[in-house]
Amino acid sequence: MDKVMEEAGNLMSPMVQESKAAYDIIRERFGEAVSEFDANPTMPFFEVIDTAKWVDIALFMRDNSRLKFNCMACLSGVDYLEEGKLGIVCNFESIGNFTHRIAVKVKCQREGGSIPSVSCVWHTANWHEREAYDMYGMVFDGHPDLRRILCPEDWTGFPLRKDYQVQETYHGIKVPY
Amino acid sequence: MQELGKAELNTTRIIRQDDNRVVIEKDLDTEYMVLSMGPQHPSTHGVLRLECITDGEVVVEAEPYLGYLHRCFEKYCEKIDYPAIVPYTDRMDYLAGINTELAYCITVEKLLDIEIPRRVEFIRVITAELNRIASHLVAIGTYGIDLGAFTPFLFCFRDREIILSLLEWVSGARMLYHYVWIGGLSYDVPADFKKRVSEFVNYFKPKVVELQKLLTENEIFVKRTKGIGIMPAEVAINYGWSGPMLRGSGVKWDLRRNDPYSIYPELEFDIPVPDGKFSDVGDSLSRHLVRALEMDESLKIIEQCLDKMPEVSGFDPRAVIPKRIRPKAGEVYGRAENPRGEVGFYIVSDGKSTKPLRCKARSSCFVNLSAMKDLSKGQLIPDLVAIIGSIDIVLGEVDR
Amino acid sequence: MSSSPSLNTWSDALSGFTLGGFPLGLVIVAAIPLVFIALYALTYGVYGERKISAFMQDRLGPMEVGPWGILQTLADILKLLQKEDIVPTVADKFLFVIGPLIMFVGSFLAFAVLPFSPAFIGADLNVGLFYAVGIVSLEVVGILASGWGSNNKWALYGAIRSVAQIVSYEIPASIALLCGAMMAGSLSMQHFNVVQSGPYGFLHFFLFKNPIAWLPFIIYFISSLAETNRAPFDIPEAESELVAGFFTEYSGMKFAMFFLAEYGSMFMVSAVLSIVFLGGWASPLPNIGGLALNDMTNGPVWGAFWIITKGFFFIFVQMWLRWTLPRLRVDQLMYLCWKVLTPFAFIAFVLTAIWEIYM
Repeated sequence: MDKVMEEAGNLMSPMVQESKAAYDIIRERFGEAVSEFDANPTMPFFEVIDTAKWVDIALFMRDNSRLKFNCMACLSGVDYLEEGKLGIVCNFESIGNFTHRIAVKVKCQREGGSIPSVSCVWHTANWHEREAYDMYGMVFDGHPDLRRILCPEDWTGFPLRKDYQVQETYHGIKVPY
Repeated sequence: MQELGKAELNTTRIIRQDDNRVVIEKDLDTEYMVLSMGPQHPSTHGVLRLECITDGEVVVEAEPYLGYLHRCFEKYCEKIDYPAIVPYTDRMDYLAGINTELAYCITVEKLLDIEIPRRVEFIRVITAELNRIASHLVAIGTYGIDLGAFTPFLFCFRDREIILSLLEWVSGARMLYHYVWIGGLSYDVPADFKKRVSEFVNYFKPKVVELQKLLTENEIFVKRTKGIGIMPAEVAINYGWSGPMLRGSGVKWDLRRNDPYSIYPELEFDIPVPDGKFSDVGDSLSRHLVRALEMDESLKIIEQCLDKMPEVSGFDPRAVIPKRIRPKAGEVYGRAENPRGEVGFYIVSDGKSTKPLRCKARSSCFVNLSAMKDLSKGQLIPDLVAIIGSIDIVLGEVDR
Repeated sequence: MSSSPSLNTWSDALSGFTLGGFPLGLVIVAAIPLVFIALYALTYGVYGERKISAFMQDRLGPMEVGPWGILQTLADILKLLQKEDIVPTVADKFLFVIGPLIMFVGSFLAFAVLPFSPAFIGADLNVGLFYAVGIVSLEVVGILASGWGSNNKWALYGAIRSVAQIVSYEIPASIALLCGAMMAGSLSMQHFNVVQSGPYGFLHFFLFKNPIAWLPFIIYFISSLAETNRAPFDIPEAESELVAGFFTEYSGMKFAMFFLAEYGSMFMVSAVLSIVFLGGWASPLPNIGGLALNDMTNGPVWGAFWIITKGFFFIFVQMWLRWTLPRLRVDQLMYLCWKVLTPFAFIAFVLTAIWEIYM
């Protein structure tokens, strides 16, 4: 896989090359806890395989002097129905320091799955993780205030899952439109 | 049940329940008064509920409760085609419709293999900057009203009417345009458009100066906003702030320069960042100043675009739009600089269908508002109003 | 003084008028200011505010009802009269109902000592100024009653802020008026006007006769803005923060009472300002050479014209300020009162005393 990467190296745009360089630093430190780098031209990313290490990786990404990913632009929840998993996709960038950008994926089981929360590392993650929990149902361990944010507090079900069935009534109001 | 911790003057307990869910339990000390600002309130800029725990006039904690305007944008996106999503993006930040449409269209175009004609790019930028001025006028006007200055609001809206009639002339609608399409535009601009827009630019330049004198340089306004809601730059970046909020804290970061899209690399404009002479860096007055100064920059951009826009006879803005928009398999996170910050779309496409697998809207106001809880500690209630006004939220975008 | 009119001829005549033992004349004397408030509030007060604010904001204001919208306020009053009188179930009924009444009474009672003309004054007390300043504080009780009685946290906020504001600003206001009393040598309202009338017109006014009079003038003007809850001191009714402050829960005629009280006090403080510093019913036109302008424009009816015009002018300035300036925050407002206005009021007091004694 590395050889293919090297051959295609000179076809990678500068943006992807910078992300690859940043990925290499992370890979060097965490080894097998992270997956291989997916150098697609629109959103280069890597996946965190050992989710228990996610907070450590996050702290490393934010504080390491060659990475300095001080801004989490977005954290989206995704439902991977075929794999039977839920996941988050985070986009990072470094404001004021470097021009590299990278995306990270973390996955967990659909039923009872949990991902460590990085709201202590980037405050952006606080509300985004609440929204992902609200919409998908994965629990974020260590989140200071994990409760629904957009749906009402006593809503049942997780709306953005692919197999979501809307509830029939809510406090006596008929829900399906 | 396991108590994870206490917070907020020991009136709040964080507990992990037996089914592994983490819940907050609040019991209220009788000294404090719990006040609900909203959902119906004249100055929360929409249906936002702020639950304030106050000790007299001092706010101990103000927590935002959202969801009153949640319209399930992301669920809809999975059921309709890519081009049909464009009107929904309009309605998220309804004051800056064209900018949000632009953000969505450039994201999808990253997954398509088409080249946008230059004239289309120029028209997109002109309408986007006009919309930016209109949005900032609302922000400034309503900020004045929140603080009790009724007149600047009407001056701003008078000028905004001209912009809205220009955009109605171009797209057919005053507020929710559905003008920028994936791969082009819906209509070309009318024949006299250049003339009318340059008339507007010349009319509006002295009005910006007048607005500065009336509102921004007013002693009482400065006293109400200087030093209120200070957000240091590092903390702002950590919260994910963007746009005028981040620039108000002194960070020179503008997506039109740092992550350029469309034809912005060819245009010359400054990024106003307050330097602490007139206001404290990071306070509400700086954020207001950034918006006021940005209107001048948008006028500059519009003038340059009017000069450089190519005249193409028989131009069809829908020429390169594919019959069926079926992006290749992949995922992309694309973003644009909206008047309120960075609006991004994360789109996952499986290459086969004409509907996205996942379309997440990263909204600027949602992220900007998340800092409200920490910004409001220890402020007075009128200051709370001043802070919310300077954050400039639009609930359509916060709740999507 | 050549043009000194015989005082109080009309009001004395009316108070002596009885109809079979019933003091009908006194009732008429009391009714005239009430009718004046009602008419003025209808026409100049609300309509003027809407039109003035509209022209300042580059729009037209009421135009539909009657030519140039003149009948707009009449239409509004008729509408308010027929509205349902809502008292919230959780509100304290007695306090809720009595709040606007006390406020209106407090504002209206001060009209008893306003000299509308040299021939007409409700009650020519020799402590008229003292009475006027004191009776206005009755409004505070009304505001507290309505704020607390509404059983609404926002109303309570507004009421408490308003009480703090009015009570604090009474101090610089009273001290500034005391300076005026020192210059006149008496507290009687008619006496103020008599002393300031003379052949040289406006040169007799305290504002122009006394080099330090501008200081208490400005202090009283600013304090009176705070007394009547007008912008930039309108935090008690701060629309954008507290929904509507202490009259959030009011609708219909009770709401109209609050407004009548507010416009009544606006006229009252403008009239007091013009009486103490600008001559009240004395004509500002001087006798120039052979043209005896002053003599021609002084008299019972002219007097009423002058005092009402001066009052309306200051009301116009109050409205002008309201639509231009943002509002001050609570602590800034208190700072302004205690740390800026009160020391300056004391300084003005001392300087005026020195001027009066030695010059």
